[in-house]
Amino acid sequence: MAVASPQCVFRARGLTKVYTLGEVQVHALRGIDLELYAGELVVLLGPSGSGKSTLLNILGGLDTPSGGEVYYLERNLSAADEDELTRFRRDHVGFVFQFYNLIPSLTARENVAAVTEIARAPMQPEQALRLVGLGERLDHFPAQLSGGEQQRVAIARAIAKNPAVLLCDEPTGALDSHTGVIVLEALEKVNRELGTLTVLITHNAGIAAMADRVIRLSDGRIVDQQRNADKCAARELSW
Amino acid sequence: MRALNRKLWRDLWLMRGQVLAIAAVIAGGVATLVMSLSTYDSLVETRDRFYREYRFADVFTRLKRAPDSLGARLAQIPGVAHLETRVNAVVKLEVAGFYDPITGVLSSLPDSGEPLLNTLHLKRGQWPAPYSTDQVVASDTFADAHGLEPGDRIHAIVNGRRKALTLSGVALSPEYVYQIAPGAMFPDFKRYGVLWMGRHALSIAYGMDGAFNSVTLTLAPGANAQGVIDRLDDLLAPYGGVGAYARRDQFSNRFLAEELKQLRTTATVFPAIFLGVAAFLLNVVVTRLIATQREQIAILKAFGYRPLAIGAHYLGLVLAVTLTGVAGGVALGAWFGHGLANVYMEFYRFPTLDYVLRIEVVAIALAVTVLAAVAGTLLAVGRAMRLAPAAGMRAETPVVYRATVLERLGLQGWFAQPSRMILRHIERRPVKSALTVLGIACAGGLMMVGNYQRGAIDFMVDVQFRQAAREDLKLAFIEPTAGRALFELAQLPGVRHVEGYRDVAANLRFGHRHYRAALYGIEPEGVLHRSLDRALKPVRLPEAGVVLTDHLADNILGVKPGDRLTVELLEGERRVLQVPVAGVTRQFLGVSAYLRRDALNALLREGDVVSGAYLAHERADAPALYARLHERPRVLGMVAHASAIASFYDTLGEFVLFFNMVATLLAATIAFGVVYNSARIALSERGRELASLRVLGFTRGEIAYILLGELGLLTLLAIPLGFLIGTGLCGILVIVFESDLYRLPLVLEPSNYALAAGVVVVSALVSGALIWRRLGRLDLIAVLKTRE
Ligand SMILES: Nc1ncnc2c1ncn2[C@@H]1O[C@H](COP(=O)(O)OP(=O)(O)OP(=O)(O)O)[C@@H](O)[C@H]1O
Ligand SMILES: [Mg+2]
Repeated sequence: MAVASPQCVFRARGLTKVYTLGEVQVHALRGIDLELYAGELVVLLGPSGSGKSTLLNILGGLDTPSGGEVYYLERNLSAADEDELTRFRRDHVGFVFQFYNLIPSLTARENVAAVTEIARAPMQPEQALRLVGLGERLDHFPAQLSGGEQQRVAIARAIAKNPAVLLCDEPTGALDSHTGVIVLEALEKVNRELGTLTVLITHNAGIAAMADRVIRLSDGRIVDQQRNADKCAARELSW
Repeated sequence: MRALNRKLWRDLWLMRGQVLAIAAVIAGGVATLVMSLSTYDSLVETRDRFYREYRFADVFTRLKRAPDSLGARLAQIPGVAHLETRVNAVVKLEVAGFYDPITGVLSSLPDSGEPLLNTLHLKRGQWPAPYSTDQVVASDTFADAHGLEPGDRIHAIVNGRRKALTLSGVALSPEYVYQIAPGAMFPDFKRYGVLWMGRHALSIAYGMDGAFNSVTLTLAPGANAQGVIDRLDDLLAPYGGVGAYARRDQFSNRFLAEELKQLRTTATVFPAIFLGVAAFLLNVVVTRLIATQREQIAILKAFGYRPLAIGAHYLGLVLAVTLTGVAGGVALGAWFGHGLANVYMEFYRFPTLDYVLRIEVVAIALAVTVLAAVAGTLLAVGRAMRLAPAAGMRAETPVVYRATVLERLGLQGWFAQPSRMILRHIERRPVKSALTVLGIACAGGLMMVGNYQRGAIDFMVDVQFRQAAREDLKLAFIEPTAGRALFELAQLPGVRHVEGYRDVAANLRFGHRHYRAALYGIEPEGVLHRSLDRALKPVRLPEAGVVLTDHLADNILGVKPGDRLTVELLEGERRVLQVPVAGVTRQFLGVSAYLRRDALNALLREGDVVSGAYLAHERADAPALYARLHERPRVLGMVAHASAIASFYDTLGEFVLFFNMVATLLAATIAFGVVYNSARIALSERGRELASLRVLGFTRGEIAYILLGELGLLTLLAIPLGFLIGTGLCGILVIVFESDLYRLPLVLEPSNYALAAGVVVVSALVSGALIWRRLGRLDLIAVLKTRE
């Protein structure tokens, strides 16, 4: 590899995950080898049940693999205990989920503050919300926001602590095309301006056009990887 | 943590109805705890201070008559600190305008200065002037009952002579905190009075000049009470001593001690029920809350909150509810405590009752409650702490429903679809449903405990006064008298029937157990005073042997019919005899031993002699009869049953009312707390389901049926269980409160059951109405739009 190549943030080798449900064993991941680099915007594609969420959860320290190894920089996540994983998530990872998962009893600002209060070098909650275009809705409760707005609060919450990686599991899954684009624009902006490694799961092949790299999963294996020569802006997407 | 704290307060606010309902249950438990313990403390504190400051004696005895010179020798008994001899006289009293018989005790005071022991607390007026011949201090209960003030005049018949007395003051005595006439069953402040007058004047009037008939003493520190008592008995035996007893056996003090024991029991039994229910409610509510907040917990963890922070968050919520309850409970308990203390002051006379709420009591309440609350929720909170963040992000797997037992039995045809939903829901959560039933049942049981005393007392009075002691009037002669005196009594106006009795104090011994009781010789064919068997049927006294009160035979002496009892007579020649136990009699008040009068006369080696008589008379002739009896010098104490019972119920009324109020309030709180919380949780769990049904065209009534039908069914199941729990609790209390002074029978009347069921049903209906309102506001669109 060339000297100028960017820093490798995640490195996975032979990653497997087996869920045991009584008698039945479900092989969610069947040996994943993968590198993710700083500043990249990666899209994970694949049919339902192919193991996308499982992989993302393991990268984010929400779950541990059954076999294989996964490194975050120098840190071996596959050997980490619950406490180390918590610290890892607290310091380095931001999550965005399909169903926003905001705390309904807290306002937009407070939802973000819940995370910045325990982070090491966070930005102001207001700043994060402005970044996603919600500077005017600081004191609204989730129930008073539309789905797209809620998802942008979730993004603000994820980026407010200046994480090294942003992991998004179908962030536009519950949104219409127009609103989805607004949310993707917010992600794109964060990726570009803050240089955050962003991994984005989607069912929607159209979204893949905005990625630096597209990874396809099927039945727990990586079946295809493509680098986008000319990626297009989120604004130009539609589905 | 500020954002998380804010979430905590908002969650609390959203659940405010449930929070308040649980806090109210906690407050109920804390209130009973604080009420009982603080009243207990206050009474103990007040009693001890009264006893100490007014030098209440340690040992008491009475005798026939001993010369003053003996007093100095008694004081030499090793172990005696201070000793005082007195003259006590039982007299008849007259108060202008009051025609019922009044029994009085005249107790001597030193001719100048205060008594050494058992001194008086003057409420009004002053001590009698030194060597005054007619001034007396009256007990406050008696003075207040008749509206007597210092300067007023009453009369006493002392040794057959009418003597005018002037009240110099009104006072309280540590000896008479609880006042009850000898031989009476209940306190009757109008018809029993204690008066104190100068020794010289009393001795002259009573024929006790240069002599005494009562001794009280205090013990030196470390002295052996029994040793002193034995020595005292030896020295006084030749002078007609009837046996000394320690403070523990002093009548007023014993009654007080029994009452205090009951308070302590109240302080454990009731709060335990409340806190158990509160812990259960907290468990249910917090479990549900954590289930609905699975995803919030997961996201907090995903962003790096530690399990401890999550646990602390939910425990904080529990503690906030708990502390609200404790604060309310302490306030309520202090208020109840004040009320209860004042009610006690009606029965127990102290100079002042200083209500104390010790900080320790609050600390105990807090500790016990927090412990119960945390224990109740630890499991749920632990689950929240352990929740894997990735798992929390997935919706919970749909719960598994099954066909119910009824359906498996093939009875589904009997139930419509909504009813089947109710049954399945109950069956799916058998433990929770059972606990809900148990919680509601506890409310019903508690209600019964708060009300059973009234029925028990009614029953006790009925047995005692309409079946056993059916006389209208019991009178005592000044000393044992020839039986022919009964014929003279029979001639008095309005007298329908007369039966004589002979009573003598005796020590009953069996093995190492012994008890001092009155031995009653009554007429075997008597129709007025009868002995009842265990089934409460009158029984004829056998030719030979004694019949003992059940409590005396079973619990105090441990004898059975056929055993031989050692009887030490404490009068006359003080003979010691072996007497067979012939039977056992049921009696709720006091304990005694009965035998035929002729048999007792024979044991005493005397002829046809009576100590007094039972009379039945025409009601209309009462005033004339009382007046004639009053004139007879040999007739001493008189107790008229009807008036004694009436006045007892007057005083009791307030007591019972207070307890009814408290019990109703508390039971309703529990019932409401359980039903309302169950309903709210059912609504939260099934809101989606119900909204979907609404969308499909079910009416509000139909979905209310599905939701509230379940609770209605559980409430109905809880009512009979509540009856069972209530009966059990009352039964336990009856046993715990048993004493030789009285035993409450376990009598539960239809009204007890009705009241318990009523409170439960009304509380359930109120919570039902609140839920009904919520069902009207069910947001169909919101429920369907979001993911559960
Ligand atoms: N906790 C679990 N227990 C058992 N099986 C699981 C669990 N989590 C995931 N699986 C299984 O693992 C496989 C991969 O699941 P995963 O959630 O990673 O798929 P996915 O690609 O994210 O699918 P989708 O696009 O539907 O979200 C599936 O077959 C799923 O059923
Ligand atoms: Mg997925």
